[in-house]
Amino acid sequence: MSVNPATAPLLSADGMPLKKSLGRALRRQKIRALMLIAPLLLFVFVAFIMPIVSMLFRSVENDIVADTLPQTVLELQSWDAELGELPPEVVYAALASDIKIAAKARKHTKVGLRLNYEQSGVASLFKKTARKAKKWDGDADAPFKEKLIEVHKSWGEIEIWQTLKVHSSNYTSGYFLNAIDMRKTVSGPEFQPEEKQVLILLFKRTLVMSLIIMGTCILLGYPVAWLLANLPARQANLLMILVLLPFWTSLLVRTSAWKVMLQQQGVINDLLVQLGLVADSARLVMINNETGTIVAMTHILLPFMILPMYSVMQTIPPTYLRAAKSLGATNWTAFWRVYFPQTVPGIGAGSILVFILAIGYYITPEIVGGSKGVFISNRIAYSILKSLNWGLGAALASILLVAVLVLYWTYDKIVGIDNVKLGG
Amino acid sequence: MAETKIDSNVFVQFDRVQKSYDGVSLVVKDLSLAMPRGEFLTMLGPSGSGKTTCLMMLAGFETATYGDIMLDGISINNIPPHKRGIGMVFQNYALFPHMTVAENLAFPLEVRKIPKTEREAKVKLALEMVQMGDFGGRRPAQLSGGQQQRVALARALVFEAELVLMDEPLGALDKQLREHMQFEIKRIANNLGITVVYVTHDQTEALTMSDRVAVFDDGRIQQLAPPDELYESPQNSFVAQFIGENNTLEGVVKEIVNGVALVQLDDGKLIDCNPVNVSKPGERTRVSIRPERVEFNKDRLQEGAHTLKAEVLEFIYMGDIFRTRLRVAGNDDFIVKTRNAPDQVRLEPGAQIDIGWLPSDCRALDA
Repeated sequence: MSVNPATAPLLSADGMPLKKSLGRALRRQKIRALMLIAPLLLFVFVAFIMPIVSMLFRSVENDIVADTLPQTVLELQSWDAELGELPPEVVYAALASDIKIAAKARKHTKVGLRLNYEQSGVASLFKKTARKAKKWDGDADAPFKEKLIEVHKSWGEIEIWQTLKVHSSNYTSGYFLNAIDMRKTVSGPEFQPEEKQVLILLFKRTLVMSLIIMGTCILLGYPVAWLLANLPARQANLLMILVLLPFWTSLLVRTSAWKVMLQQQGVINDLLVQLGLVADSARLVMINNETGTIVAMTHILLPFMILPMYSVMQTIPPTYLRAAKSLGATNWTAFWRVYFPQTVPGIGAGSILVFILAIGYYITPEIVGGSKGVFISNRIAYSILKSLNWGLGAALASILLVAVLVLYWTYDKIVGIDNVKLGG
Repeated sequence: MAETKIDSNVFVQFDRVQKSYDGVSLVVKDLSLAMPRGEFLTMLGPSGSGKTTCLMMLAGFETATYGDIMLDGISINNIPPHKRGIGMVFQNYALFPHMTVAENLAFPLEVRKIPKTEREAKVKLALEMVQMGDFGGRRPAQLSGGQQQRVALARALVFEAELVLMDEPLGALDKQLREHMQFEIKRIANNLGITVVYVTHDQTEALTMSDRVAVFDDGRIQQLAPPDELYESPQNSFVAQFIGENNTLEGVVKEIVNGVALVQLDDGKLIDCNPVNVSKPGERTRVSIRPERVEFNKDRLQEGAHTLKAEVLEFIYMGDIFRTRLRVAGNDDFIVKTRNAPDQVRLEPGAQIDIGWLPSDCRALDA
């Protein structure tokens, strides 16, 4: 102990500076921790982050036009689409050459399909043109302008050329514009014709119905959570099993059960008719519309609301209510001023959970939603599975993702995310 | 009730109150109690003795199964807790965590619809009374245990309740703070002239704070008396055992002459006692002597008094006092406490001594 500890650097037992020694000891721990989570991290990266990134990328990716029709795209650059004149012969020649190459490589249908999203009829136009173009032989068959117009009169109309030019870039905002009921034109973005505007409506409906479902979950879940937290252990356990029961039943079975309950010849309507509350001729329509979706989804998402609320309520000692009453508060005031504010974190946690789950829900709206009760996720599924317009699906999904993040951020600003309690 | 006396001095009254939770056993058995205005009464007893139940019945959180509880001459059995106007300090303070200290204090005033300016003045006054004037903007979680306790006290007093109930309010504090708060509570209660019902299982707390102490056991009040009387003249062996330290010797009453009972201990020795709970010869009795009333200095013993042989087993130095453990009449746990004075004898283990006491200090109680 001859060294003055205030001036000399602290050394560990083997003579290394203490800081270095500590760093080494901690590094080993850090590496160990990293190794332990590495499998999961890898899995999450491969199975979650990569698909999402690639999906998001698809919403702006537009290589196919430039890749399949490279010469045409190049020649079109010098053509002014807004003048209202057909492009010059060079463009037609480039197109003929491009389509011939594409047809040999059997790529012409893909580009036709891609452009068909923007202008209907393009798919068949490309198929027909490719069939003919295969037989053409270089410059011998020039001029191509008349030939192509002969093959299909669309090549003589300016719209197809405008479409081609507008969607020729490698990256496009077109899918996102489509996702909000707009489209890309030579003169900039404009709204789709009235009859094609459905997606904004769907977004709004998804948002509003998710909020309604969240609200009904709060209303129905709060008293149950309160009972759970305040009943004697035995009854509370039984009630908890009832709350969790939906978790243990197949989602599909539960949703289908609602079909049985709610349809016009279903249990509830039969009961109402038998009780004379509803005329047989005027049975209520409760399925394949908004009502069906709200009822079924509230039922399915209720546990996600009850559990966080319950775990928060469990931590509130009953003495608070007693204290409030002894201070002169009526039952209602004691509840509203003292108990309820302390349960807000639980309501917040449940609401976030239910809302985020609801906004992306797919199966239940698909089964019981009909056409009026479907969500944006059903449209995404339709784009990806049926119409095979992955770009639009990806754009819709990206908007949904951003919307959820924005709402989450707003919630954090207003309520504070550290106020959210899932337990303890 | 026929036997209810209307006494204008009585403020709180329990009249033959019984309480059962399960319909099988009684938690509170036939309890009657009258408190004058301004009294500081402590309910003292082991856990499960019914003291907290009594407090909860008074506060209105439990209903009496039978009997009347009266406040200022009016039966409050059917008045809900929020209309009783009784202040209460809870065991864990029950300060509302989502409100600041000032909001906590303003709460009882708000629900009474007291205007804002008046409210603020009262809150300020109450906080100053408990020396917490600078803490109005804090949250309860930012306060120490002692500070929370002061706030809880201020909240129970801010709406000028005449009766304040305290349910083991100092249980969560450390010893030093607890002792300090005991005097603080006592001082504030005296200054305001409020009536206090205080529940505790800490006998020192009960003795130092109260005007009267009700010792509870088995759902009954075993003794209701001022602290000195309780300590010096316990009415039965439970009270003697529960309050303070106590030496017990068992025996049979031989005779009772002129208010002095001659008791034959189980090993055949005879001693003189004050017959408190025994009435006739042949009864078994438990004799109680306080450790500080035992005398082994022959000069100080009364002429002709019975003495007992004792062997010193252990001597413990405790600073202000000496604590000596003796074997007396087969009892290995007979304690003698002596003051640490310059001329005090320090007994060595193994020494054989004679001990004695005044017959009035040796109380023959129920067996």
